[in-house]
Amino acid sequence: MLDLRQYNSLGEALRAALERWPDEICLIEADRDRENTRMTYREFQHAALPLARALQDAGFRDGARAAIIMTNQSKWLISAYAIFFCGGVLVPLDYKSTPAEQLQLLAHSSAEFLVVEYHLWRALAQAEGFKNLAVRVVLVSEAPAGADLTGAKRWEEFRDRREPAFVPRSRKDAACIVYSSGTGGRPKGCVLTHENYLEQSVALTSLYPFWPGVRYLSILPTNHAIDFMVGFIGPFICGAAVVHLRTLRPEYIRDAFTRYKITYMSLVPLVLKNLERSLRQRFDDLPKGRRRILNALIGVNRALTRRRPKLPLSRALLRQVHAAFGGELRALFVGGAFTEPATLQFFYDLGILVGNGYGCTEAGTVITVNDFNPFRADTVGKPLPGIEVKILNPDAEGIGEVAVRSNTVMSHYLDEPEMTAETIVDGWLLTGDLGRLDVTGHLQLFGRKKNMIVTEEGKNIYPEDVETAFEGLSAKEFCVFAANFLWPARTMVGEQLVLVVHPESGQTVTQELIAQFTDRNRRLLNYKRVNGYLIWDRDFPLTASLKIKRGELAEQIRRSFDRSAVVAL
Amino acid sequence: MNIGPPPIKECRSYGKIEIMSTLQTTTEQILQLAAEHFKVPREGLTADDDFFKKLAINSLQALDLLTRLEQHFHIELPDYELQGVSDFRTLAERIQSRL
Repeated sequence: MLDLRQYNSLGEALRAALERWPDEICLIEADRDRENTRMTYREFQHAALPLARALQDAGFRDGARAAIIMTNQSKWLISAYAIFFCGGVLVPLDYKSTPAEQLQLLAHSSAEFLVVEYHLWRALAQAEGFKNLAVRVVLVSEAPAGADLTGAKRWEEFRDRREPAFVPRSRKDAACIVYSSGTGGRPKGCVLTHENYLEQSVALTSLYPFWPGVRYLSILPTNHAIDFMVGFIGPFICGAAVVHLRTLRPEYIRDAFTRYKITYMSLVPLVLKNLERSLRQRFDDLPKGRRRILNALIGVNRALTRRRPKLPLSRALLRQVHAAFGGELRALFVGGAFTEPATLQFFYDLGILVGNGYGCTEAGTVITVNDFNPFRADTVGKPLPGIEVKILNPDAEGIGEVAVRSNTVMSHYLDEPEMTAETIVDGWLLTGDLGRLDVTGHLQLFGRKKNMIVTEEGKNIYPEDVETAFEGLSAKEFCVFAANFLWPARTMVGEQLVLVVHPESGQTVTQELIAQFTDRNRRLLNYKRVNGYLIWDRDFPLTASLKIKRGELAEQIRRSFDRSAVVAL
Repeated sequence: MNIGPPPIKECRSYGKIEIMSTLQTTTEQILQLAAEHFKVPREGLTADDDFFKKLAINSLQALDLLTRLEQHFHIELPDYELQGVSDFRTLAERIQSRL
């Protein structure tokens, strides 16, 4: 691994990696059972530098902001490196957001350059508000021959063979603007510095090292903080390889494990649970005798690995299970949302290590992760080296808000000094999550203080962001809440949103009105939808500037109703 | 299993008379396949249903259905084609555009 203390920026560290391991494979891109790309670090450099030079020829200045909207693929990483090489600030946007949301965040970030896949560009070009797009240069990848590019240039042809000039950056300069939420409300553009990422890389690789020959399977999009760190920066600074799989279909994920002899993989709880379900199904389908043998072997493995994992032993005992994962797997990382302990235990008993982590974009991705020393299914592990965690205002059981202090914590929210001051207080990042540190230093999570939910897919959903979909309702006013914000619950699974509607005076709740709720709800992406509605018969408390006092309204609702008053949508 | 006219590509590959696969028949086949795949009564499904809600499935299970539909229609749909799609009618339109 590179000694990251020597480098001031991601561009500098990545450049050193490309020069240090020229003949190692760094990228493989697979689409189903086809392999699209396989390149060494030298070939990666040869792909990225002409792009960097062309960007510079197009007027890319030191500190310019460049957005990427792409699915999970090799061009994402090549483009990101070219942007860092030019001293740019990367704005990774979620390709799953709607075109309207993407346009809003492009405007908010003041991105001058955009790298985007053709199908996503076509959707953007058809969206309302496209004419206001202020991006200067758009590079579109994988466009069919003869396609109308609406003023964009082809990524594949945007090349200049002359040597580009490397632009150095300092550790405190912005490396990325990552949106942790906010399109309906105020966008939260986390400004993360080069130092944030370099420090996070040191901390993560001290627990989970990469080296040349390691293969990381990437199924999450690289705009996702976990994949950016563990599926790009981490492997590259260690000379390892990233295998991109451009589909989430379970059968191809299974196939990729064996075909590419995967070492590590990150996933969200939804995918992990799906893997668990499919394994359980396969176990259930075994003939009775073989099932009994398997159960016995699992029991032996459980007993022998109680104190610490013994990977070679587990691989020998449960050979077929490990063979299905390629035989080289060292760990899966799960994060982005809460994972149920039973799922973690299921995999541990098979000798498949799942590093359960906890983090947030504001903290530079990972805050805590399980180190298996010993394995704990009931916690999200201990803080990474260099990260301090404390519990604010703990109650009698030691539960309070989780606060974090570290060099990995973001610099600020873009253009939001007030929001930054509310979130980073005296150097401590307030996460809005409720937790407890046990005597061994493990963090346990118990719910949220903030009004938001996280889905099993690792998506953070803020009520303010979904409210816009309900505009124009035939009612006096409405508001969306996280159900657990209205009625605090010590859980972080199955979180739901509730639409609170205050009808006009004398208005009755008709089927037509409920149809309006349903119709508007369906305009939202499926994972953003509200789960039920609640009719409220009093005026919402408002601020002087006529904004809803959400905390006060939640308190009033809590005093009048319990969860059973919510009608499912 | 025979649940309607074969898709247009299949007909072409066998050099037989081309049968127009209309949006309506495509939708009907999708509903039938979804009902079989998730073991629910076909009569309970309509083109405008939100399949996430109606079938109580998550996004990965929806991708599973997409794989089943690809096999039936002899097409390949990238995962992103399902992005933002939650009702059978829109899904049928996406598939129809590839036939």
